Formats: sequence, C-alpha cells, structure tokens
Amino acid sequence: MANEPILQCTGLCKSYGNKPALENITFALERGRIVGLLGPNGSGKSTLIKLANGLLTPTAGEIRIAGNLPGIETHAQVSYLPERTYLSDWMTANDLLKFFADFYKDFNLDKAAQMLTHLGIQPNDTLKSMSKGTKEKIQLVVVMSREADLYLLDEPIGGVDPAARDYILSTILTNYSETSTVLISTHLISDIEKVLDDVIFLNKGQITLHKSVDDIRSEYGKSVDALFREVFAC
Amino acid sequence: MQWNLSDDRPIYLQLMDTITLAITSGTLAAGSRLPSVRDLAAEASVNPNTMQRALAELERTGLLYSQRTAGRFVTDRTEQITKKRKELAMEQIHIFLSSMKDMGYSAEETVELIRQAIKEG
Repeated sequence: MANEPILQCTGLCKSYGNKPALENITFALERGRIVGLLGPNGSGKSTLIKLANGLLTPTAGEIRIAGNLPGIETHAQVSYLPERTYLSDWMTANDLLKFFADFYKDFNLDKAAQMLTHLGIQPNDTLKSMSKGTKEKIQLVVVMSREADLYLLDEPIGGVDPAARDYILSTILTNYSETSTVLISTHLISDIEKVLDDVIFLNKGQITLHKSVDDIRSEYGKSVDALFREVFAC
Repeated sequence: MQWNLSDDRPIYLQLMDTITLAITSGTLAAGSRLPSVRDLAAEASVNPNTMQRALAELERTGLLYSQRTAGRFVTDRTEQITKKRKELAMEQIHIFLSSMKDMGYSAEETVELIRQAIKEG
C-alpha cells in the first residue's frame, strides 16, 4: 500500500456546463514530494484541487487518494487549504486551534501554538480584527499543523508579506516527511522554486509539463519561473 | 555556509559547489560530521530530496562518506581535499587568464600586473 501513489488521476475530465475545465488529465504523485501546480488564471488548478477533495465530482475519469475515491476516509488523510477563507469571524485564534484539534485526530496543537507565536499572532485576537494577510497565515498554520498524508494548498502565500512567506516555506520544509506529499498551486514561482521537487504545468485544462525542477534547469538552462514566463507569454 | 543559489543552473549542482567550497576552505573540517539532510535543507531553504541528491553525488566523488548509523562525514583523506582545492583554484585562474588574454595582455604582462596588485594590497 505504501508504494501506491498518494494522488492518482486517470483520464480525469471536469466540465462546468459545456465549458471544459479539465480535459483527460492523467498523472500520479508519489509520497515524499513537494510539487508545484502551476498555470495561468483559469487553467484548472483549483478545479483539480477541489476534485481531489471531493468538493466537485468528475465529469469523466477518476481521481484517487492513496487508492480511494474522495470521501470520508480520504478527508482524514488530506489537509486542504482552500483558495477562499471559510472561517467564522467571531472565533479567536485559540478557538480555531481548539476547533481543529477537535475535528482532526492528526492535529498537532503544540506545533500550531508555536507557529502562531513565531508569526506574532495573539491567541485571543478574533479573526474579525485581523488583516487579510494574518487570516491567511493563521489558516495555513492550522492546515500545516495536521499530520496528514497529502497537503493540498491552493494559493497559500499570495496575500502574505515576503518575510512571512519565507517562514511559511521553511515550515513546509521542516514539516517535510517521506510519507507525505505537498501539492502547492501558486503564481509566485520564483519564491517557491527551490522548495519544490517537481512541477506540473497546467494550461487550458491540460498538463503540458510534469518534470523535476532540476531537470527543467538542466534541459532548458533557465529557472522554472523563466520557463513559465516564456511558455505562457501573452 | 553561505547558500547563494542562482536561477540558471540545477540546484543540486549549486549545493554541491557550496559544500565543496566549505570543505576545501576548512569551514567543514576533514573528518567532521555533517548536519542531517533535513537540517542542511532547512538552512539552505531547499527541498530535502535535492539536498539528498547533492550529498549522494558528493559521496560518489569521495569528498563525503557515510557510515550506516553514525551519519555522513567529510573525508579524512586530506590529500584528496588538497587536490580538490587546487583544482578549484586552477579553474578560477584559467577563467581569469582567458579574460586577460581577451583584453590583449600577454602572460608576462599578466604576471607583472598580479605582482603589482598584490604589492598594492
């Protein structure tokens, strides 16, 4: 079972009405990788992540988490950071930590509290009183404090300042485990490139590239960021 | 160690260069034990698998070796480190010499200029 891909898509298609969002996607992610999901706006990144969470159902094909279709069992294995915040404003940072600890068996409360301290977030502040960036930080803290098999992070660092960004990336690195995989969708490629094993380029609902960062650098003689700008030039 | 990573070359090659330099300059002493892959990766803010690859490649060149349970060490064969150090120096000298040549300096003139520069400190 341990050799089974943590995430596998086979002929995966998703359409919204008659508008295709993903077309015939097939790929697998092994455990112990940090993978970047990159693509221009509207390329299908969030759709793919939502399918993996069971928030959407495929139009055709299938997606499996460690061999299982998305469902109750896979929710326990997957830690998901959505593109939009869904947290209640009246909660304090501490309430939120307790809420997550209650909800998820694999939640590491000590780790979460420590990360909040590092980021200078007051435990008794309500979410309502926090800036957009602080809310994003706190949401990432709770997601990364779970000891999950698969982390799906949809645009995790877009709204946070560069210093906090570095802290968050180092958190992802120190959390790294050989048995779990992190899939990160982002536009901030140059910030994140050194942290990634592999990248997937998504364009108009199709995978156009799935390679390791160092293979890209040796083959093209340029960074992933530079390659992205070239491939997706408007 | 100073981890300055550029955008144009594979990351593992740059990590190898940085560690090699630390060994030849003595920052990492001959025979000393290396921090864990995880710690090194965090220090350089790179992916642990990439760091692992750099260390494995350095083991193949003989500058590092690992002992199954005790961890990974810098080679204690100092003659190998000296040889690598000289190799790196020669590489730099050849780059320098070829740009001096491009500027139209002869070998003798170049040597004379170096003497002068050293004297001036």
